[in-house]
Amino acid sequence: MMIRFEHTRKLYDGAAAITDLNLDIQQGELLVLLGPSGSGKSTVLKMVNRMVSHDGGQILFKGKDINSFNLQDLRRRMGYAIQSVGLFPHRTVAHNIATVPKLLGWDAQRVQARVNELLTLLALDPEQYASRYPHQLSGGQQQRVGVARALAADPDVLLMDEPFGALDPVTRAALQIALQKIHRATGKTILFVTHDIDEALLLATRIVLLNHGHIAQAGTPLELLQQPANDFVADFLGRADLGLKQLSLRAIASHIKAIEGTEPKHAIAHTATFREAISHMATLHVSTLSVVDESGTVLGQVQAADLLEN
Amino acid sequence: MLPLQQPRYRANRLGFSVAALLLLAYGLPYFQPLFAALYPDLPRPVYLQEPMAELMWQHIGLVSVSSALAVLVATLAGLATTTETGRAFKPLMETLAGMGQTFPPVAVLAVAVPAVGFGELPALLALSIFGVLPVLQATLAGLASVPTPVLDSARAMGMSPRHILTEVQMPLALPLWLAGVRTSVVVNIGTAAIASTVGAKTLGLPIIVGLSGFNTAYVLQGAMVLGLLAIAADLAFDWLALALHGHTRSVDNEA
Repeated sequence: MMIRFEHTRKLYDGAAAITDLNLDIQQGELLVLLGPSGSGKSTVLKMVNRMVSHDGGQILFKGKDINSFNLQDLRRRMGYAIQSVGLFPHRTVAHNIATVPKLLGWDAQRVQARVNELLTLLALDPEQYASRYPHQLSGGQQQRVGVARALAADPDVLLMDEPFGALDPVTRAALQIALQKIHRATGKTILFVTHDIDEALLLATRIVLLNHGHIAQAGTPLELLQQPANDFVADFLGRADLGLKQLSLRAIASHIKAIEGTEPKHAIAHTATFREAISHMATLHVSTLSVVDESGTVLGQVQAADLLEN
Repeated sequence: MLPLQQPRYRANRLGFSVAALLLLAYGLPYFQPLFAALYPDLPRPVYLQEPMAELMWQHIGLVSVSSALAVLVATLAGLATTTETGRAFKPLMETLAGMGQTFPPVAVLAVAVPAVGFGELPALLALSIFGVLPVLQATLAGLASVPTPVLDSARAMGMSPRHILTEVQMPLALPLWLAGVRTSVVVNIGTAAIASTVGAKTLGLPIIVGLSGFNTAYVLQGAMVLGLLAIAADLAFDWLALALHGHTRSVDNEA
């Protein structure tokens, strides 16, 4: 167990912002806290590293009450990335990333090796970017550095508060993929706050949907889409296209059939989702597509009826 | 500040004004023929009661000591507002700093004389008090200019309050603070001239002697040295700000 909320409460000016929160976060989860503005999702995140104090109940980090840790020690064990990034404008990229390792007293050589490793992981060439200042970077590059800084001291948990919310869609998509890769490669426990449903469906291993400071529903993306617990959940996820959203969570790879008769004229990559395949069919006015791998070899075909009936 | 000037040109201007200042302060007796020609009616067209260079150094001394005191007190007071206990005094300091600009320095001098008598001391006291306010205001503005997300992420990464102050807040507040020190010192150079009225020996002396004795040449000589000193000091700060520019320029572009 990485983090556990037990009957956690938070009051703002006497009014309850979080009421009786109970939640277990396992090692290696990418847990997305999803919800409309004012649902308390950021508050939940900030209570974990005590940027916001809780008023009732307990929060446990690795089995110990977070209040029993030294405040600075606790925070150094948790990476933190926010929408406005908050890079130190007077320090270079390398110096920014080195912040927590230096606080922990790593030697210079180890710090430098770690900085280079992280810049490479976030697809920024160390030679080109290490000595730049934040204002010399684009928004997307700044947030890459922000994520690298959060990962610098190899923290137990990564806390991310709408980190990609201010980026344009193309940059955001690139960073979402980068984060997915990092999660797969490192197995880090990540708490991720967003109000963007598609981002949540894409990234989450589990979604916790919050409303007015309590959990409306928790579960995998598919569970939320297939069995919304109540009207709020269904409305929030977009009642009208729940089905389409489900299609985007499923890959066609397992539904490739051998080609019967002539090979279909149009092809699609074997990594595509149901949604991409059906969208492709609709544009081309066909109901069958051949499936190809990276090298262009035909693996088989997919049929519209087959995808929709599954 | 003149951000578009080339650094080299700036250094040249500073060198030029310092050279002109020294030439005038040390070479004044040699300008006798020039001033005699300019003011043919005056029996003594050049101020020679005290050497001008000596007055200049006394002036610089008075300004240095009072400005150093003012900067020290104002900076410490400003930084104290970032601490837990000091935060309560922030509104009071902001009010004081704002009020200070409406306070005439002559009034401070007038109050200081009955309290401590004539001479250097009331001048030093008045100049120090008057110099505090621009620096205090600049320190507070500099600290306020640090973007909230930067402070938040510093805290969230586990930096201690002392670390945050020395490694984030102070370096980021530096450009505005330096601008405040510059204003304080340059204004102080002008105000120190008035201190001659209470018995301190400064570059104000030839001006006051000249005004009371209807000797326009004295006034001109005192004013020229005083003006050149203020310009040289201002350019020196300009140069200093530029030297720090590489370190802090990013502040303008952030947020």
